[in-house]
Amino acid sequence: MSTIDTTQHTTRRHRKIKWGTIILWVVSMATLLYLFVPLVTIAVFTFNDPTTKFNTTWEGFTFANWLHPFRERQFTDALVESVKVAVVACVLATGLGSLIALALVRYRMRGSAAVNLLLVLPLTTPEIVMGASLFTLFFNQGVSRGFWTIVISHTLFCLSFVAMTVKARIRGMDWTLEDAAMDLGSPPIRTFWKITMPMITPGVAAAFMLSLALSIDDYIITSFVAGPTVTFPRRVFDSARIALPPQVHVLATIIMLTAITLIVASTLSGIRRERRQG
Amino acid sequence: MAADDPDDRGKKNAGWTPYLLALPGLLVLYLFFVVPLVTLLKIALSVRQERGSSRVDFSWEWHNFSQAFTDFGSQLWRAFAYAGVATALCILIGYPLAYFIAFKAGRWRNLLLGLVMVPFFTSFLLRTIAWQSLFADNGPILSMTRWLHLTGVLDFLHVSTDGKIMNTPAAVIGGLTYNFLPFALLPIYVSLEKIDARLIDAAADLYSGFGRTFRRVILPLSLPGVFAGTLLTFIPASGDFINAHLLGDVKKPVIGGVIQARFLQSGDYPTAAAISLVLMVMITTAVLVYAKFLGTDDIA
Repeated sequence: MSTIDTTQHTTRRHRKIKWGTIILWVVSMATLLYLFVPLVTIAVFTFNDPTTKFNTTWEGFTFANWLHPFRERQFTDALVESVKVAVVACVLATGLGSLIALALVRYRMRGSAAVNLLLVLPLTTPEIVMGASLFTLFFNQGVSRGFWTIVISHTLFCLSFVAMTVKARIRGMDWTLEDAAMDLGSPPIRTFWKITMPMITPGVAAAFMLSLALSIDDYIITSFVAGPTVTFPRRVFDSARIALPPQVHVLATIIMLTAITLIVASTLSGIRRERRQG
Repeated sequence: MAADDPDDRGKKNAGWTPYLLALPGLLVLYLFFVVPLVTLLKIALSVRQERGSSRVDFSWEWHNFSQAFTDFGSQLWRAFAYAGVATALCILIGYPLAYFIAFKAGRWRNLLLGLVMVPFFTSFLLRTIAWQSLFADNGPILSMTRWLHLTGVLDFLHVSTDGKIMNTPAAVIGGLTYNFLPFALLPIYVSLEKIDARLIDAAADLYSGFGRTFRRVILPLSLPGVFAGTLLTFIPASGDFINAHLLGDVKKPVIGGVIQARFLQSGDYPTAAAISLVLMVMITTAVLVYAKFLGTDDIA
């Protein structure tokens, strides 16, 4: 009798847990869907044929926007400008940030707590305050704002991000390989290129990719330091309440698809590399 | 740092090397983060040479700070209210999905994490503009509610006002919630993923039901993630004015928009600088109070 009781008890509990799992499953999938609703909306509106200056109400289907994706020169020029800024700023930020991460993870350092604090502060400062403070600096020093002030500002906000990401990724790695190379007579520079670089590259590459995304997308800080230079987000923001051609959606969709392809490709190559090593 | 600190193990003593490695980056942080903040403070304590001029004189003008409160109190309050509600929604919506990815997704885990990141690679502005189409009077959401005769229900829930969503606080909060959801979700996921599954098994073995296991084991252990997620959402959301500009009522700006307009249009730098610093100090205070609350209060 008692055995039967226990079985009943477990089945009942089992069923209860399953109900919970189903609810969790539904809620999670709904949330994922929610994340994709605006992305799908953007993709759908690339096929819109708007009669007004705005591409926000659906008016008819056309392929025309995809046939001439680069026709809106103002927007393509701005996009090129954004990419130029992002590449320069992210190369700088990734280099400088990775070096700070290496110094913090690899060496005993006096004042490392202060360095950590200095790295975290920009991440906890709202963009509007960072933009305003950079604006006052350039204004006070009489620096004319343009491409290079944008590059400096983007380097700054990507720097903290890169240093924190790389730090998290390379902590706990086996650094005795470096010592082994040195013991075998490898000079420090050679050791760095042959041992240290390959070890830190995945983390550094991830930080670089994400800082590219941050830089290309930044509007708030850029608006303060850009002067006459127009980046893609600036052009979109300024046009948003005036006129927004559907080609903008096409450009965004192209970027989105490229990013998704890159993410999938890098995930796959990562899995393959792990398999080869494992 | 004590010698038995686990973080310290395997670190080398190498004289000047770490300082040389860190120096260029730290110099950038000093010159373009610390110095600008000091400049901002200096400008906030200055007066304009004359009305309409952008030139300023430093004069310990504390008056700018009190003016920031009295003249822009409603915009400050509005920004914090929007950001607060959006942050709470982000945590509530993000937690279940983070939990699902951490414990139930199995081999789909990395794919789902990748999918959560995909919105990052589409323009923030265009995503927000997409909500203009979705919230529009003839957009899918309102058409659907009209078809289901639920307009009154949406109004009652304050999701819409007089059958409209665009240009209402709900639209701004909706945009903020959407845009910052991944920032809330990812830290929660990281802290959930770190939980030792044996602890959950142990609780179940000791006849703790799921509700109790969640309250006593999972939730407390995931609080650091909730904390990080809250900061990563609340701080940028309270300074953001893009959502208010694109989705909200133009006549009801948030503080971020006021700061930008003062700097780039009216050229009233001292007031604008003072408002920026007030915003920063208020956010820092809120964060410290929140940290204290989460740190000392036993939620379980």
